[in-house]
Amino acid sequence: MSVKCNKPIIELNKVTKSFGTFQALKGVDATIFEGEFFSLLGPSGCGKTTLLRMIAGFEEATSGTIVIGEKLMTGIPANKRPTNMVFQSYAIFPHLSVGDNVGYGLKTRKLPKAEIAAEVEKALKMVDLGGFSDRAAHELSGGQRQRVALARALVMRPKVILLDEPLSALDKKLRDQMQVELRNLQRSIGITFILVTHDQEEALIMSDRIAVMFEGEIAQLASPEELYRHPVSHRVASFIGVMNFLKATTTVADDQEITLNIPSLGTVSVPASYMPAGMDADTVKTIGIRPEMLTILFDDADKSMRRVEGTVTSTMYYGDMTYYSVKLSDHDDDVTISMRNTAGRSIVPTGGLVQVGWGVESIVLFK
Amino acid sequence: MNRVLKFISVRWMVTYAVAYMIFLYAPVVLLPVFALNDATIIAFPLSGFTTNWFVVLWHTEALHGAIRNSLFVAVTAAILSTVLGSFAARASARYSFPAKRSIMGFIMLPLVLPEIIVAVALLVVMMRLGMSLSLWTVVAGHILICTPFAIAIMSSAFQGLDQSLEEASLDLGETRVGTFLRITLPLVMPGVISSLLICFTISLDEFIIAFFLTGTDVTLPVYIWSQLRFPTKLPSIMALGTILLVLSIGLLIIAEWFRRRASKKQGLEASPTGGFV
Repeated sequence: MSVKCNKPIIELNKVTKSFGTFQALKGVDATIFEGEFFSLLGPSGCGKTTLLRMIAGFEEATSGTIVIGEKLMTGIPANKRPTNMVFQSYAIFPHLSVGDNVGYGLKTRKLPKAEIAAEVEKALKMVDLGGFSDRAAHELSGGQRQRVALARALVMRPKVILLDEPLSALDKKLRDQMQVELRNLQRSIGITFILVTHDQEEALIMSDRIAVMFEGEIAQLASPEELYRHPVSHRVASFIGVMNFLKATTTVADDQEITLNIPSLGTVSVPASYMPAGMDADTVKTIGIRPEMLTILFDDADKSMRRVEGTVTSTMYYGDMTYYSVKLSDHDDDVTISMRNTAGRSIVPTGGLVQVGWGVESIVLFK
Repeated sequence: MNRVLKFISVRWMVTYAVAYMIFLYAPVVLLPVFALNDATIIAFPLSGFTTNWFVVLWHTEALHGAIRNSLFVAVTAAILSTVLGSFAARASARYSFPAKRSIMGFIMLPLVLPEIIVAVALLVVMMRLGMSLSLWTVVAGHILICTPFAIAIMSSAFQGLDQSLEEASLDLGETRVGTFLRITLPLVMPGVISSLLICFTISLDEFIIAFFLTGTDVTLPVYIWSQLRFPTKLPSIMALGTILLVLSIGLLIIAEWFRRRASKKQGLEASPTGGFV
């Protein structure tokens, strides 16, 4: 993690929000640190945008408090908060030039004109739009509008920049490029970014920490790696990437080891440290294994791996990867296995019998 | 379906369209023709060319007074209706409040209410209240019938306005008043201009309400009506009509030019006011 300093910048305390009878947020607690790239990730309707708008000051919390930079934000309107937002639609003022858009906030601070112009040019350079100041807003492409929206927030030097699905309107190639640029920019200027997204890949690539939200609650708040490797629930596991779930029961458990009976894989012992906090050994009902942690054993395979027999039911060829659906014995659902298409490795046809290799260290325990 | 399409063939459609245009515009074309005709009787054949009727207009003092009154009423009614209409349109576009639909319905009602009923009702009320009739009573009546049009135009202007633009302005530290002046107003300006022009035009040629509610100062339509009793005045009324025709066409062209320029500047294909003007 690249968070250098652990000073909290935003504290959310039991924040709730109701629209009529609908509870959009059911008590959110979180601390976001200075200089952090923080993401709110979840499906649409999970309350992530509502939470962002509450931090920005467009919505008031029904109960609970929001503290930004050690100041209580209750009752403080959006124009008096040390946050700036990059809107999903970018909200570029169509009647103003690029320079006037970026300088809009500085003008409200009554800075001298020359100073505004200098700051605007500096912000535009930061987003690679140097010299664009005199362009009309409607002359910009989608990617450029996104950059202008970002420059407009950057120029204010806020404590926190809020980004509401800023890349969702861009095509895939541009989005991939902007993800990297945005992250690099955030790292270099050190302003706290809070990103709202429904795209798990985007969140993984860009964030220091991610809060996964479902139905108005944070299901898990962790670093991308932690989230991917140790999801706390089925729901989080299937939202972040693909996860194979296999039935399992605990046979023996002590302080050191837990022995599991997994019908489709056999009996296996895992270290007790695999047990997620707050979960008992006898509540384990399923285990999870990521597709890339399972291997179809070809001739060149590592002979030391644990193995089990299976039948290929379908294949999906992605060029660099092949995704296999494989039926294991004693397991109702097929498991998904992703294999890198290395040189000389052939694709196993549907119906082919394969040896599936797996390792104990890739097992995740679930209720 | 095919048979129906064949029946309404292109040829029939063209014939219908041409006939419709003639019916619509032939009387209007007659206006300048007789205004420039050297005869007091409005009939063919034409007897010669003259600009005399325009000169007569120039020297008619009562007419000048009527024009001044009409301009005062139309400008005042247009501004007040547009302001009121903007408030109502904004409220209905952005906020929800109890009985919103019925309130908006009642405001829009004068659009379909016979003007004579509005006029008589207003007259009775004003008499009861002991108000003396003046240009201001005409203005009040005109606001009542113009406001629905202003609301219709301003509603589409506000609906075409992305709400996040105003939020972005607030987010950048601008106050609510500043946001209105720097963002909202410039962006709905084409709608405001359309609304002002439409209301101005409606008020300018409105007769029934003006006739009932006017005191000693008459508006232009009431003056024209009063002159129709004198056959000798008819050609100069034609001349007046010609001037009004040219002016209103010019006004609409200017308004449309402004609107298109504004849309182009914003990079919008669909204009916020639609095809109202």
